[in-house]
Parts: sequence; C-alpha cells; structure tokens
Amino acid sequence: MTLPRWADVVLIPLINLFLALFVSGLVVLLIGEDPWNAMKIMVNGAVGSTYGWGYTLFYATNFIFTGLAVAIAFHARLFNIGGEGQAQLGALGVALVCLALPWPHWSLALPFAIIGGAVFGAGWAAIPAYLQAKRGSHIVITTIMFNFIASALLVYLLVSILKAPGMAPESARFPTGTFLPSAREVFAMVGIPFARSPLNVSFLLGLLACFLIWVLLWRTRLGYEIRAYGHSEPAAIYAGISPFRITMITMLISGALAGLMAVNAVQGEQQRLLQDNVLGAGFVGIAVALMGRSHPVGVLIAAILFGALYQGGAELEFETSVPREMVLVIQALVILFTGALDNMVRGPVTGLFVRMGRRPGVKAAE
Amino acid sequence: MMDLNTIIQILDSTIRLATPLLLACLAGLFSERAGVFDIGLEAKMLVAAFFSAAVAAMTGSVWLGLCAGVAASMTFALIHGIASITFRGDQLISGVALNFLASGMTVLIARDWFNEGGRTPALVDGGRFQPIELPFASALADVPVLGPVYSELLSGHTILVYVAFAMVPLSWYILFRTRFGLRLRAVGENPGAVDTAGISVVKLRYSAVLIAGVLCGLAGAYLATGLAAGFVKDMTAGRGFIALAALIFAKWRPWYAMGACLLFGLLDAIGNRYQSIELLGVAVPGQFMQALPYILTVVILAGFVGKAIPPRAGGAAYVKER
Repeated sequence: MTLPRWADVVLIPLINLFLALFVSGLVVLLIGEDPWNAMKIMVNGAVGSTYGWGYTLFYATNFIFTGLAVAIAFHARLFNIGGEGQAQLGALGVALVCLALPWPHWSLALPFAIIGGAVFGAGWAAIPAYLQAKRGSHIVITTIMFNFIASALLVYLLVSILKAPGMAPESARFPTGTFLPSAREVFAMVGIPFARSPLNVSFLLGLLACFLIWVLLWRTRLGYEIRAYGHSEPAAIYAGISPFRITMITMLISGALAGLMAVNAVQGEQQRLLQDNVLGAGFVGIAVALMGRSHPVGVLIAAILFGALYQGGAELEFETSVPREMVLVIQALVILFTGALDNMVRGPVTGLFVRMGRRPGVKAAE
Repeated sequence: MMDLNTIIQILDSTIRLATPLLLACLAGLFSERAGVFDIGLEAKMLVAAFFSAAVAAMTGSVWLGLCAGVAASMTFALIHGIASITFRGDQLISGVALNFLASGMTVLIARDWFNEGGRTPALVDGGRFQPIELPFASALADVPVLGPVYSELLSGHTILVYVAFAMVPLSWYILFRTRFGLRLRAVGENPGAVDTAGISVVKLRYSAVLIAGVLCGLAGAYLATGLAAGFVKDMTAGRGFIALAALIFAKWRPWYAMGACLLFGLLDAIGNRYQSIELLGVAVPGQFMQALPYILTVVILAGFVGKAIPPRAGGAAYVKER
C-alpha cells in the first residue's frame, strides 16, 4: 500500500463525494435550477433548525442500523443486499412485540421490541446465510430474492391476519405504553426547546450499536476472525477459522442490525405496521457502508450525511421545482463514485503520492 | 373448469408479460456469460422505457422512441462497463448504483420535460407499437381449437414480441455456434486463457455488456410503448430482478431462459387475473404467486433441484499485469 492512511480514509472518500455532488450539481443545472441555491436550501433545511436536525437524525438512525448491517457483512467479504427485507421482517418482529401486550411503560417494551426486531431480522438473513455457507448459493442473489419475498409476505399479512378494521392495509395502532420518548420530550426535561420531529431515543441505541460493533470488530476474537476471513479465506481456514461459522454469525448480526432499524421507524415513528416500513433505507445502508469505509465511525458520519440529504431533499422539493427523486440520484452517484468508480480516483491519487514520495527532500513512505 | 377461451386469454397475456422478461434475461445471459454480473438490468429497462416513451410522445414516432430507448440503455451499459471493466470496480455495486440512478433520473427528467408528476403523456396511435396480424389469422379464426390458438394466441402481438422470441435461437446460435460466442463464453470462464490466445478480454466484455444494453433497451421500449401506453414511475417493478432470477433458473442457457420467462410470465398472468386461486382445496393468496418466481429461484440456487453453476470468472475484473 503506497497510500498513507489519512489519504485512504479521508482524502479519497472526500474526492469521491465531491465528484458525486459535482455531477448532481450539473443535473440540477440541467433542470433549470441554481445548484448553489439548491445546496443552500438543502443544508439549511437539514441542519438549520432543531426541526431540521430532528428529521436529519431520525433518518440517520435508520441508516446507522442498515449501514452497520452492510458494513459488518463487508468485513467478512459478504455483500448483504437484503437489508431491505431483513428490516421489513424486523418491523414485523417489533410490531408483534408491541401488539402482544398492553405494555405499561416504554422502558419495558423497548428491550423486547429490540429482541423482536433483531431476532426476526436475523432469522430472515439466516436462510441466505445458510445457503451461502453450506450450498454455495450466491448471497447477493438470494438476499435480493428474499427482499421481494419479504415484501410479498408483509403485503399478505396486512391484508389478512394483521389487518386492522378499516380500509387501509395496516396493523392496529400500538398501545401508547410502547411510544418511545421523542427528542422534544427529552430536551424539554432539561429546559431546551426542540421542535416536533420523529427523532426519539433509538438514536442513542444507534450510537450504542456503532460502539458495540467497533468493540466486536477490533477488540474481540470473533471480530478478528470475521476480518481475517474477509481478508483471506484460505488463510483463515488454515488458521482454524470455520467459514460456515463466520458466514452464519456475521450474517445473523447483519440481519439483526437491519431488523433493529424498525425500532426507530416502526416503534419510534409509525406506531403501527405498514406495507412498506423501510422505504429504501436498506439500500441506503449500502451507500452508507461504502462511504464510511465499513468502519462504525465512518458509518455514523455517512449516516448523518445521508440523513441530512434525505431531509434536505424533502425541503428542496418543498421550495423549488427539484423533486424528491433528486436524493435518489445523489445517492446513486455517491454509490457509483465511492463504490464502483473508486479506482478512477485512487489510481491518479496513488500516482501523485508516489511521485511526491520520490521527490528529493521529501521522506519516502515506509 | 376453465374453458378454452380463458386458457387462451391467460396464455396470451403470458406471452406479453414474458416478452420484457425474456429480452432482459437474454441481456443478462450475454453479460454474465462474458463474466460481467449485471444486477442493473432493471436500471437499463427503466431508462429505456422512459426515453422510448418520451421521444415517442414528442415526435409521434414509436421507432424514434425505440432508438432513443436503446441508446439510453446502452449509455447505462457503457457506464457499467467503464466502472466494472476499465476501472475494475465491483460489478454488483455498480449495478446497485445504476438501479438508483435510473429510478431517480427518469422521474426527475419526466417532471422537467412533461410536468405530469413523473409520467409521460399517454401515447396515441403512432407512438405505440401496433399489433401485427399474422397471415390468414382472421380466416382461420373459426377452425376449432387451432383457430383461436393461431389467431388469438400467436397472432396479434407487437413486433417486439416476435423479435424477443426470435432472439432465443439467435442468441443460442451466436453463443454456441460462432467464434465470437465461443470467445465470449471463454472470457466468462477463464479470461486468462483468452488473453493468452491474444484476444482482448476488455473488448469482448465491452461487446457483451453493450449487447446487453441493446436487449434491455428493447425490453424497456416494449414495456412503455408496447405493453403500456407511456411511462410511469418505476414501471419496471422488479422485472429486471425477475429476469435475473429466470437467468439463474435457466442455468445461463438461452432455450431454458425462454422456458423460465414463460413460466414466470404465466405466474404473473394468473396473479393478475385471480386474486387467489384454489389449489387442492387450499386457497393460495395472490401474494404467494407474486413471490413464487423468487422462491423458486432460491430453491434452484440452493441446489436441491439441480445445481445452478454460474460462469466461473463472473463478478471478477480481469487484471492483466501482475
């Protein structure tokens, strides 16, 4: 590796992000709006008020979970594209827990909802994981298929067993004892005014998840085994690491993380089960993991960035003729530049560093 | 019991619904046989659907629309090629990105051009492909059984339907009976050997990716100007992934691909017609029929019913120097 670490983790992602934003700016220009103005509206809408922050961090919470889900799978060189389906099942798990009992207090409901979301999410990841580990079925394809199957399953459940009386295909409303404290209520306790937004205590759960995944990956034996397996399968096998075990465990953790997204989206905001509870967050997780270089800190930063993008995009639609789909385009370009076209930037940058290293007077890189 | 008329109607709509799947599936066949995974079939179909409908709406000519659709699809194919062949990026990630790009871009441009909330104006006469009457179709319509089969089922489709089914033997011939096809398959199995023989791996893979672009272009154009009358947001509705499933189901072979696409088209046709169906006394919900292609594909992938073995060099960029 000829690149210094800071260039790898900071410089290249920033250049990639810049390229993605530059092309997005061109798109905005082409549809007859001023890119600078659009940028200002988005930034202001996302972080210019407590209302903006509330939504930004609410979306970010979803993306932290789905981003971590993709990231941990990346460490074992598994591409879990099924975050969407696993989160849908997680939503089912959370909803079943919330609807099962007339919960007296949220602090009692939350731990069980966490278990419900995690177990259902992990369960949905378990089948593709098993098929990958035991039968060699390509996990990308099976997880894509499982996304569609999950979606059909939820549609079915919400027109039959779980359907609440009325026209809409949705479940009954959760009992009020399951409602999570919102940021507004929490801040009000210490006397800070905070606008009404869906941001709730599960954001803290997201931060905790980032920390725990960091501990797992870099401070435990299992994390070492996951990373070793991802770096070199033959070497890992030689070291006595079981590919079956690592594939299963990694995917179960990944599915559980994706499922936990539902604690925020379903218990925290919707307070009932809908046909689509994920709204693409499972796929945003891919972009977040790529941008965050699969590191929990990177994932956290990228998740907040994407949260701001989603909230800013909503404001943009409100104030200009740029529709919300602009967010999808930016997201696509970020994935394209940071994921698929990474070598386009990496090549020249590496070349530059090599040339600088050779220059007399500059100490060569070790 | 279903009467002949109902059966013919269902089979007729099977053929219509199988056509975009078949074209996209054959697109995937060329790409993946050359070692380039393509989960962006959906994206290419979607941009082709939009641009074909948009240009057809503006010019009134479905043929100009078709050209625009194919060109748009090939542009996306080219981006996929640049990312995954030239810059050796991850083919799956490139596909994911392109899917989002198509989904966002089409609505964005549709709103800017037509201001109809992300759709194109409804296409009229010249803007759509018209059904083609096969010779003697009306004369033979009264012949029992065979008459309706010929005049209702086989006749009266648009040109792209016939093109799609003609592409099956053509793809088989190109892949398995020509020098180009042999090299293309070799590059998906062992690019090193192809390179050693002095043949350009990069050129072969680009041509495969661009062929996939053309075929997806036809698939998308058929969706918007043959099957429907105009573009609506996300109108491919996962067909690119069903085509991918069909490709695996067919174990990367053209004739089987046709069988798989017809099967999935049939499931779709039945699902469209009946809310739920009785099978052996059990009511099967429509959602199960929708999920069945995906479930079947997972079963096939699991290797319980025959084993689906993908091209060996699929998904990996070829690195010449080491």
